[in-house]
Amino acid sequence: MDFENDKLHRPAADLVAIVEALIFVADEPITAKLLSGILDEDRESIDAAVEELKKEYETRKSGLQIREIAGGWQISTRTEYHEEVRRFLKTRPSAKLSLASLETLAVIAYKQPVTVPEILEIRGVQSASAIKTLLEKRLIVTKGHKETVGRPVQYGTSRDFLIQFGLKDLTELPSIEDFEDLVQ
Amino acid sequence: MTIQMEQAEQFSFNFQTETARISAGSGDELKLKLGEFTGPLDLLLFLIKQEQANIFDIPIARITDEYVSYIRFMKRLDIAVAADFIVMAATLIEIKSKMLLPREMSDEAEEDFEDPRKELADRLLEYEKFKAAAEMLYERTTIEQALFSRGQIESDENNAEINATVFDLLTVFQKILSRRKEEVQMEIHREEVSLAEMLRNLKRRIFQEGEINLLDFFTEMHTKRELVTAFIAVLEIVRTESVKLLQNTTFGDIILRKV
Repeated sequence: MDFENDKLHRPAADLVAIVEALIFVADEPITAKLLSGILDEDRESIDAAVEELKKEYETRKSGLQIREIAGGWQISTRTEYHEEVRRFLKTRPSAKLSLASLETLAVIAYKQPVTVPEILEIRGVQSASAIKTLLEKRLIVTKGHKETVGRPVQYGTSRDFLIQFGLKDLTELPSIEDFEDLVQ
Repeated sequence: MTIQMEQAEQFSFNFQTETARISAGSGDELKLKLGEFTGPLDLLLFLIKQEQANIFDIPIARITDEYVSYIRFMKRLDIAVAADFIVMAATLIEIKSKMLLPREMSDEAEEDFEDPRKELADRLLEYEKFKAAAEMLYERTTIEQALFSRGQIESDENNAEINATVFDLLTVFQKILSRRKEEVQMEIHREEVSLAEMLRNLKRRIFQEGEINLLDFFTEMHTKRELVTAFIAVLEIVRTESVKLLQNTTFGDIILRKV
């Protein structure tokens, strides 16, 4: 018997509901690979189920949305309702990164893997404290040493970076050359 | 709208808000938030934009003067000027002096001639892209802060709090006791600590340090009697004070933490 036929084939509507439940309970964006492994369904069925789920949320103008983040899916509230959510949670937006840290993060995101001297070259200023902050916030990670004089540490962005900045993957960042047209 | 040091007397500073208002001769007001610039390139871009100059054709003499004035101004306000700002000042002065050198006007020389400002212009352009990228990241954080994913669901992993039973405490206690036994005991007369003192001591430490590893706390005790007192104090403090016992792994260390 063909192995494929051995798989559980749930009715499509059930799969949509199950996928919704798993995305809901996952702490972090849950990947298609993980879903497919746990549910013993092929990737296509998973993708189709998520698409269907997204459509359902949009059609009924849900307060929730399915977002593709860091190669997985996540359920979150819609930005439109942030005021009400904050009022309930009694929280204020957390402190944002300083401009210096954001600049350093931008250089690392676009030039990774990148060393401290290379960041200095672009920013024209020492970035030690910014790098410390970014490491503490787990937005960047070390990516080995560069095989050059002094073997400096190289930095790159982390999975947390994708999650915190709501990115599917690094290719979702606009190309750095696009900013050239913007600043002219 | 240039910063002129001759007018320094007219400056009025408010150190509390770190905002300096510079009254220029024309009556125009230039508000400078000190430390606003993330680096020398940032400051340079600001000065060039202010002059409405072209990056490819920087009026180097004027910009250099303004740049140097700005740094002097920062120093006057006792703001530590980062070495990187000084390096840029030196670079600007170098370019300025190169520009002053006469050059041959023959066609051949014209072709070979490289504008001493070119390298700086390239760096500024490169930097400007990343500055724009940083702004894009800033906008993204604004959006991300406006949406929420659900709160953590309780699972064994994130629920370190346990009802550490008396037996768990006893196990820790016995571990320490047996460790004590192995050591050579020297009988030294010392004042015994009362339960009240021990409790006070423990309370003070929890509220100062936030949390205490029970293993460490018990290890500090010198005699069996002190250990017993310490143990009772721990039981007492858990019962009466807003502290909780945490154990991250089975048989792991038990932490006493203030709620």
